[in-house]
Amino acid sequence: MYMCGMSGLFITDEQIAEARQLASDITDPIFDLISKNTTISVERTVLRWFGVDGVGNLGAPLVNLMCDRLKEAGVLNKGAAYWYGRALRMGASSPLDAVERLTSAPLETLKPLAPAEEAKLRDEVRAEARAAVEELKNRVAQRNDLKREFPMGPAPHKYVIVATGNIFDDVDQARAAAQAGADVIAVIRSTAQSLLDYVPQGATTEGYGGTYATQENFRVMREALDDESRKLRRYVELTNYSSGLCMSEIAFMAAWERLDMLLNDAMYGILFRDINMRRTFIDQYFSRRICAMAGIIINTGEDNYITTADAFDAAHTVIASQFINECFAKRAGLKDWQLGIGHSYEIDPHQPDTLLLELSQAMLVRRCFPDAPLKYMPPTKHKETDIFFSHAYDVMADLVAVWTNQGIQLLGMMTEAMHTPLLADRYVALKAATYIHKAAKGIDQEFTVREDGKIANRARFVFANAIQLLREAQADGMVAAIGRGRFGDVKRAETGGKGLDGVMEKAPDYFNPFLEMMENS
Amino acid sequence: MTTPPREKHLIRAYGDRRDDGIIQISFTLPVATSEKAKEAAQIYCKKLGLTDVKVAAAERAADQYTFFVVYARSPVIIDYNEIDTPEIVIKKLGFYELNEFIEQKIARKVVVFGACTGTDTHTVGIDAILNMKGFAGDYGLERYPWFEAYNLGSQVPNEVLIKRAIEQKADAILVSQVVTQRDVHKENSRAFIEQAKEAGIAGKMTLLLGGPRVDHKLALELGFDAGFGPGTKPSDVANFVAHQVLQRLGKEAKGTHFEGEPT
Repeated sequence: MYMCGMSGLFITDEQIAEARQLASDITDPIFDLISKNTTISVERTVLRWFGVDGVGNLGAPLVNLMCDRLKEAGVLNKGAAYWYGRALRMGASSPLDAVERLTSAPLETLKPLAPAEEAKLRDEVRAEARAAVEELKNRVAQRNDLKREFPMGPAPHKYVIVATGNIFDDVDQARAAAQAGADVIAVIRSTAQSLLDYVPQGATTEGYGGTYATQENFRVMREALDDESRKLRRYVELTNYSSGLCMSEIAFMAAWERLDMLLNDAMYGILFRDINMRRTFIDQYFSRRICAMAGIIINTGEDNYITTADAFDAAHTVIASQFINECFAKRAGLKDWQLGIGHSYEIDPHQPDTLLLELSQAMLVRRCFPDAPLKYMPPTKHKETDIFFSHAYDVMADLVAVWTNQGIQLLGMMTEAMHTPLLADRYVALKAATYIHKAAKGIDQEFTVREDGKIANRARFVFANAIQLLREAQADGMVAAIGRGRFGDVKRAETGGKGLDGVMEKAPDYFNPFLEMMENS
Repeated sequence: MTTPPREKHLIRAYGDRRDDGIIQISFTLPVATSEKAKEAAQIYCKKLGLTDVKVAAAERAADQYTFFVVYARSPVIIDYNEIDTPEIVIKKLGFYELNEFIEQKIARKVVVFGACTGTDTHTVGIDAILNMKGFAGDYGLERYPWFEAYNLGSQVPNEVLIKRAIEQKADAILVSQVVTQRDVHKENSRAFIEQAKEAGIAGKMTLLLGGPRVDHKLALELGFDAGFGPGTKPSDVANFVAHQVLQRLGKEAKGTHFEGEPT
C-alpha cells in the first residue's frame, strides 16, 4: 500500500522470502523460551488489567506489592490471575481488598482447592478478564471513531517530540506542535525510566530529560490531543515508550488510555539498556500482544544501531534486525499496518554520495517491507551546532522520506546536539517538512532508479550482507549473535543485564486468561 | 608595576560593511500573530538596545505563539585587545604526527577511559571522541595506535569508571554529560570529582568533562582539568591528553598550550 512500482527493484522477491524464512528460524527457539516462561512485569500487567491500580503506604504500586509477595512465597509462577481469583474466593470485594487479603495470606502453605473449585475459580476469573478485554476494546473503538470523524493528514506523518519534564508544560508544547502541523506527538520519557522495575503513579511535573510515563500522564496528554484534534478537524496521534523493565505494563496503560503508537523493539532493551535478554524477549511478546489487540502501531529501534555503530558500515545490521523484529511482531499478532519499522538518515555527511546512499537504504527498507508504514528517523550523530547547516541536513531527510513513502517521519531539529527542542525549532522543522512533502509528492513515480547505478548496487550489497548476518544468526542462534556484538556493536550475554531475577518458569497449571484470549483471538 | 597602554582594537558586528553592527536574531513571543505582535517584537528588540529593527518574519508558530526573525543594528563596540586569553604556543598535531610524537616523547601507549556517567544514556558525545570512526572526518582515539581507549558506554556509575581506570593505570578519564535538564550534568560531575578525590586520582590522572553544555570554565569550576564543549574534535582531546601526560612526567613545562585547546 505504501510502495508504488518498486516490486522487483534491486533484489528478487525470492531473496526477500529467504530473509523472512531465516528470521523465522532465528526466532523459533526464542518462542520456545517465551511459551515456557513468564516475568514479574507480565504478571503485574495482568493485575493492572483486572483494575488493580494505586499505590500502597510507601508509594509502591499495589501491583508491585502483590507480585513481590507472590514471588517471595514462590507461587507467582502459577500466574497472578490465579491468585487474584483466590483472593476473590476469599471474599475480596475490590481489587484493593484482594491485594490486602493476598499480601496477608500464608501463601506458602495455602493448599490447592478441590478440582471442581479450581475449575470454577478459573471460569470466574476468565469471565472477569473477558469483561476487562471488552472494556479495553470499547476504549479503542472510541479512538477509532474519532479517527474516522477527523482523518489524519497525508503521510509521511510528521512526528515531533516534547520533553519538558512536566506533563502540563508538555501539553502546551504538544498543542502548539499540533497547531503547527504535527501529526504525531511523542512524549520523551525521563532518563533511565526504562531501568525502573515499577511504573510511577499519577501526573508528574519533575523529570530529567523527559517526562515520566505514567497512566495519568497518558490520560492527560491524550485528552488534550483529543480536544486539539477536534479543533483542527485532523486527528493527532500520541506515542510513548514501551521498553525497559516495564515494557508490557506500559503497553497496557497506553492501550487503556488510547495511545496510538509505542516505541517497542524486541532487542533495544537488551542492547542499549543492558536489560536481560530472556526478560526482554518475554516482555516484548506480551507487550506486542497487547499492541496487536489495541490497534497500536509499534516503532522499532533499528535507528539506534547506527548511532553506536557506523551508519555506512553497519547498514546491513539494520536490515537484518528489521526482519527479526518483523517476525517477532507478526508472531505476536501484529499486522503490517502496525509495523513502524525503524531506520534513519545517519551516514556521515562529510563523505561523498551520502544522499544517494541514504536513498538507497530507505528504498531498500521500503522494498523489503512494502505494506508497513515504516518509521524514518532524522540525523543525530553527525549533527553540528551550526543550526543553518543542521536545518539543510534535516531537509534532505524530509526529501528521502517522501521519496520512499515513509508512513511516519520523526522530524530532525536544527538544535539537535544542543538542547531539547524549543517551540520555534519544531515550528521551523514542521514548516520545512510540510513544504518538501508537498513539493516532492510522487517523485518516486517520476524517476526510476537505474539498475546498474550507485543506488541499486549499494542496496544489493547491503542486502547481501544482511542475508549473511541472518544466516550466521540462524546457524549459531540469536543469543550468540548478540553475544558477538553483531547488532549495534553492543555485546550482551544471555544471563547478564538487569531483570533476570524477574523471569520465572511457568508452573504446569500456569493461568493467564488475557494471554489465552489474545493468542486465540 | 605598570603596563604600557595597549592600542585599542575596536570591533562591532559585521553585516556587509565594516562597523554596520548588523546582527540577526530569532525568538518567540507567547502571543497570537498580529500587527500588535510585530510591534511587540520591535519594542522588545529596542529594549535589547538594538536600532534599525527590521522584523523580517513574524510567523504563526501556533495559535498563541509568534516566531520572529529580526535584523537590526547593535551599537555594542568591544575592544578586542582587552580580551585576555592564553597565548597559543604549539601547533596542534595531526593524526600521524601526534602518534609519532607520543612514540618519541612518551614511548608508551596513553591510556584513556571514557563513559557517560550517572543516569545519562546518551553516548553520542563519548562515541564521537573515542570510537574508531570519530567525528566529522577526525579519527576517534581508538584509531590512534599510541592510544589505548576504553569506552565504557552509558549509565556507568562513577565508582566503576574510577576503579577500572585505576586498574588499567589510565592517564586520563573522560566524563561525558549530555542530559542537562535541571543541571543534572553538574550534579553528576561534582559527584564524580568527589569520588575521584576520595580515590586519590585527582591531580594524578587528567580528568576531562565533555558535553553540549560544557565549557572549559565550567569544567574548571567543577574541579576537572579541562572541559570540551560542542564541536570538539577527537584530535583536540588527543592533543590535550598527550601534552598533559608530558607535563605530569615533567617533560614539558606546565601551562604549555596548543592550538585548539579549550580556553
